[in-house]
Amino acid sequence: MFLLVPIVIISIFSFSAKQGLVDISASWVLDNYIRAFDPVYLSVFFKSMGIAGLTTSICFLIGFPLAIGIASAPKSWKPILLMIVVLPFWVNLLIRTYALIAVFRTRGFFNFSLEWVANLLGIPFEPLILLYNDAAVILGLVYIHLPFMILPLYAGFEGFNKSLLEAASDLGARQFKIMTAVVLPIMAPSIISGCILVFIPALGSFLTPELLGGPSSQMIANVIERQFLAANDWPFGSALSMTLIYLTFGALALRYFWLRRRYFGSKENRP
Amino acid sequence: MGARDRKTMNRSIVQLKGISKNYGTLEAIKEIDLDIFEGEFFSIIGPSGCGKTTLLRVLAGFEIPDSGSLYIENINMQNVPPNKRSINMVFQSYALFPHMNVLDNVAFGLKVDGVARDEQARRVKSMLSLVKLSGLENRLPQQLSGGQLQRVALARALIKKPQVLLLDEPLSALDAKLRNEMRQELIRLQKNLGITFILITHDQQEALSMADRIAVMNEGTIQQVASPSDLYEFPSNKFVADFIGSINFIGCQLSEIDGDVFKVITRISKDAFTVEGNNSLRIGQDCWLGIRPEKINFEDADVVNSHHNKLSGVVKNITYFGQASMYHVEVTGEKTATINVMENHSQRSRHTTNKVGDSVVLCWSIESSSLFTS
Repeated sequence: MFLLVPIVIISIFSFSAKQGLVDISASWVLDNYIRAFDPVYLSVFFKSMGIAGLTTSICFLIGFPLAIGIASAPKSWKPILLMIVVLPFWVNLLIRTYALIAVFRTRGFFNFSLEWVANLLGIPFEPLILLYNDAAVILGLVYIHLPFMILPLYAGFEGFNKSLLEAASDLGARQFKIMTAVVLPIMAPSIISGCILVFIPALGSFLTPELLGGPSSQMIANVIERQFLAANDWPFGSALSMTLIYLTFGALALRYFWLRRRYFGSKENRP
Repeated sequence: MGARDRKTMNRSIVQLKGISKNYGTLEAIKEIDLDIFEGEFFSIIGPSGCGKTTLLRVLAGFEIPDSGSLYIENINMQNVPPNKRSINMVFQSYALFPHMNVLDNVAFGLKVDGVARDEQARRVKSMLSLVKLSGLENRLPQQLSGGQLQRVALARALIKKPQVLLLDEPLSALDAKLRNEMRQELIRLQKNLGITFILITHDQQEALSMADRIAVMNEGTIQQVASPSDLYEFPSNKFVADFIGSINFIGCQLSEIDGDVFKVITRISKDAFTVEGNNSLRIGQDCWLGIRPEKINFEDADVVNSHHNKLSGVVKNITYFGQASMYHVEVTGEKTATINVMENHSQRSRHTTNKVGDSVVLCWSIESSSLFTS
């Protein structure tokens, strides 16, 4: 109910037209959607998807070995390692993001450390500009979303029958083949869950690009926020929101169909 | 049991020389020496924790022994990883790849070896018909029954034409009827293919009914390697006698040695028995007389046999099995002991020969018991 009502309101708004400062008339027009596919906004969509995609990939590359590591750690270590993974959730997102700023700003801890090393080695030091660009946004997103990747992957590896690895090895497969022919296909549902858990919130993230990004690293959520507040154009903001929701549903639908084909369909005959 | 002909085999295919493996402070296997011959059905049996699984994993290459050496076909396996050994394994839980259908599971070993596609198809087809799975090529493991899973696991391991096939408790997950069927199936496969099978099991019936030779393990060491009938009838120590089949142990003291025939005095009733000798014993030493329940008879007034050892007691309990009954006979002397006696029902009858509470005299011949050191 609390989810559905706002979505219905927003979707009605998205087909409406603005009249005056506060009035919105439900006039059932597609103008807002046509405008949403304007190259300016389309490029923001693509950029957001690019950033979210890159974030997802980096989270996967970091999270996959970490998840294997946690799953194969001694029993007594597992709760501690998992605790370290979820510990950041105990701190508010805003505070964590400000903490990142404190670390990476021009006169932040990271630059201080570099300066200290440079002084030690006698190299002239120029502080690095690390914040307010796309890389900073991606770094922030990876930092925030990494647990969402690690946890489903870890759960997947926990349930992974280790004797399958031995069986594959026994049948003559090398490490690489074991990974591609056995581990990845069996882990695919966990990998997809992890990727979706990272991709969807990363795609709609607002705070991180707002605080860590530069003028050009706006993501779609920032544009939407501006339509609602600064531009006071609720119908257009709603249209952009709905488009984002459709994209998200698209990603979820892809996962659903993929899983269904894999576990219930597949009557194909292979030679 | 073990009614199969023993082939004349003497060429070692697997040789273990002083193999040891520790996990931390736990010695899983200690100084194992073992020769397994080409084309034989070999079984390794022992209680859980005896090291048999570790031994199997050393053979497969999943564990590196701490000391000793392993030869397969006279080649030292020290630096040979599992994927390079001409040994394949049927895992206890089958370890079939859940995302592959039967066909892909069976073909996996050929695929990773880069065998040509038409050759793959041909070999998979003949292997599936060998294990009677034709027609199930496109099923996923989760759509198969326990017996079918077992056959897929066998086919997947056998398709690479290994020199040695390792079987890790392959029948433990099956129900009794299916297990019997698969036993016959395994014997048939092994005879047809002539591949050396090494079967790990804790189930003595499995080992006795299938293997040409059996190694009994306990606490990381091999207790005896022998044919099933030798193992059952002539166990080399008390552990083997106790582990294989059921047996009564009567505490004795050796009193007299007369050539091959030893005289012992029981500790419970001070009766004297004559037994076939055990050369490691000296006069006066404590020992155990071991006698299997089916080798003991009730003394019958009509049949007189002076060679029989005798012991009197009272029937306390009878367990009826259908083809036989087990009598629990209490023998009282200085102490009380229970002797189990198995009586085969070779004739149809509504009653057992003796009833609970009857006084009976147990007797057995010299050759049917063994002496063991304590």
